[in-house]
Amino acid sequence: MNRQAQGVVLLLLGGAVLKASLTDVYLRYVKEGLQPFLIAAGAVLVVTAVFTFVHDLRQQKQSSHEHGPAVGWLLVLPVLGLLLVAPPALGAFAAGQAGTALSSQAISDYPPLPPGDPAKISILEYASRAVHDNGTSIGGRTVRMSGFVIPGPDGEPMLARMILSCCAADGRPIKLGMTGNAPVDLPADTWIEVTGGYTAKAGTDPVNGERIPYVDVHTWTPIEAPRNQYQ
Amino acid sequence: MSPQTEAVHDGQTSPTRTRRIGSVEVLAVVLVLLVVFRGPVSAAISSPRLQTWTTVFVSVMVQAVPFLVFGVVLSAVIAVFVPASFWARALPRHPALAVPVASAAGVVLPGCECGAVPIAGSLIRRGVTPAAALAFLLAAPSINPIVLTATAVAFPANPEMVLGRGVASLIVAMIMGWLWLRLGKTEWIRLPHRHDDGATKLVAFWAAVRHDVVHAGGFLVLGAMAAATINVVVPERWLLTLADKPVLSVLALALLAVLLSICSEADAFVAASLSQFSLTARLAFLVVGPMVDLKLVSMQAGVFGRRFAARFSPATFIVAVLVAVGVAAVVL
Repeated sequence: MNRQAQGVVLLLLGGAVLKASLTDVYLRYVKEGLQPFLIAAGAVLVVTAVFTFVHDLRQQKQSSHEHGPAVGWLLVLPVLGLLLVAPPALGAFAAGQAGTALSSQAISDYPPLPPGDPAKISILEYASRAVHDNGTSIGGRTVRMSGFVIPGPDGEPMLARMILSCCAADGRPIKLGMTGNAPVDLPADTWIEVTGGYTAKAGTDPVNGERIPYVDVHTWTPIEAPRNQYQ
Repeated sequence: MSPQTEAVHDGQTSPTRTRRIGSVEVLAVVLVLLVVFRGPVSAAISSPRLQTWTTVFVSVMVQAVPFLVFGVVLSAVIAVFVPASFWARALPRHPALAVPVASAAGVVLPGCECGAVPIAGSLIRRGVTPAAALAFLLAAPSINPIVLTATAVAFPANPEMVLGRGVASLIVAMIMGWLWLRLGKTEWIRLPHRHDDGATKLVAFWAAVRHDVVHAGGFLVLGAMAAATINVVVPERWLLTLADKPVLSVLALALLAVLLSICSEADAFVAASLSQFSLTARLAFLVVGPMVDLKLVSMQAGVFGRRFAARFSPATFIVAVLVAVGVAAVVL
């Protein structure tokens, strides 16, 4: 791999990182807080590439046959992944492979639900109130939350949302069962918004044996996937 | 050739550039073809399993790039702008004393393991004794404040995990440093060739950044592909059958840490979610992960040489598991 090739690969990588971080594409892979660092890293890569080209131009007619590591060609793969494929955020397949991750997210106190009827909360918030607080802080309120559909263990659809702590490699699902007016025959990965109330019904996750709370669905509507699909 | 030119590796010289098809041209053609046939290419990887693989692979890379670039820039600064005499003054002269000092110095590097590899390579190049540089390499990703804070957040009910992690990681780093002093051979370490003799500092700086990103980054890609494969292929339920066996569970989670290659800033959250496992097994996961994992082994093989990685990584793994179990017995 000569110096020019290294420069081209760095330019591609820097450009791909910049493009992903200046649009919302990066939110499919990492936390929102990483954005400024991604932009800075992409800029450094581009500057490095530009400096390589300028330096080479100044030394025209000189050999550029320095043989760098061939392994550097592999850096083209993440570039293709980002620019050409841009795979979607983790969805039903990943959620089905891992057990619900409620126990790592235990919160110790449960403040009153936000105002509004229905109260807008996250699946994680509902699930931890339902499991760790036995639904006391939900009471008789109606809540609204959004997530994507995954096939449950016995075929009925469940609602899920992935939580990230760093990047998609550590993404874990929070799963919620649905009773009452639950949707049927929705394909996996469909995003829906659900309103409903607390029910004591619960199941177990076949993957890790943890408790999966249920929600008593009143209404549901299909929605667009949110800008940041993780929590 | 002028002194500015980077030396030619294999004695092949070409005073004038010959007009033949080079690698850049091939790359351009491949890229154009891929853009043209974008539809069929995307369709080919649309199965959920392959798609998840691609997502995980891309996300490991996106997550690692800022840390890699930060580490590479810092290591280029060390290589080019910090005089070798600085390290002679900053570290105790006796190597056995330099090891604990270098391990504790890991506190100041905020980041994860990808950045530490090029920095350690740069330190060795600047005359720091390899034992101290390696102790720094092992300690930095696990004992810095960001990682310890993340651990505290992930284990709200078990603050002793933070203490256990910090203490165990420091001990492993120091043991490995001293072990290197006794058993290590300098010829195992083969740092990649740098051609910056005689160049101006600025030229040398950018050349070091370019070389290290391409080099360490290439190996990072290998590691990210391996980690994505494990992530997609190994279902969690296989693992859980081992959870209630005391010895096997420790080994299983230590091995999982190697295979998953999760960034050290995030691994505590994954450990927290493996709640069926004992705290001892999860501490082993947290101690092993930032020191030995697929992407690290791959990067170490690239930066220090294969003979080094083949000896250093297994030894670190064994020491880390033993120390984690020992510390867990005292602290947890």
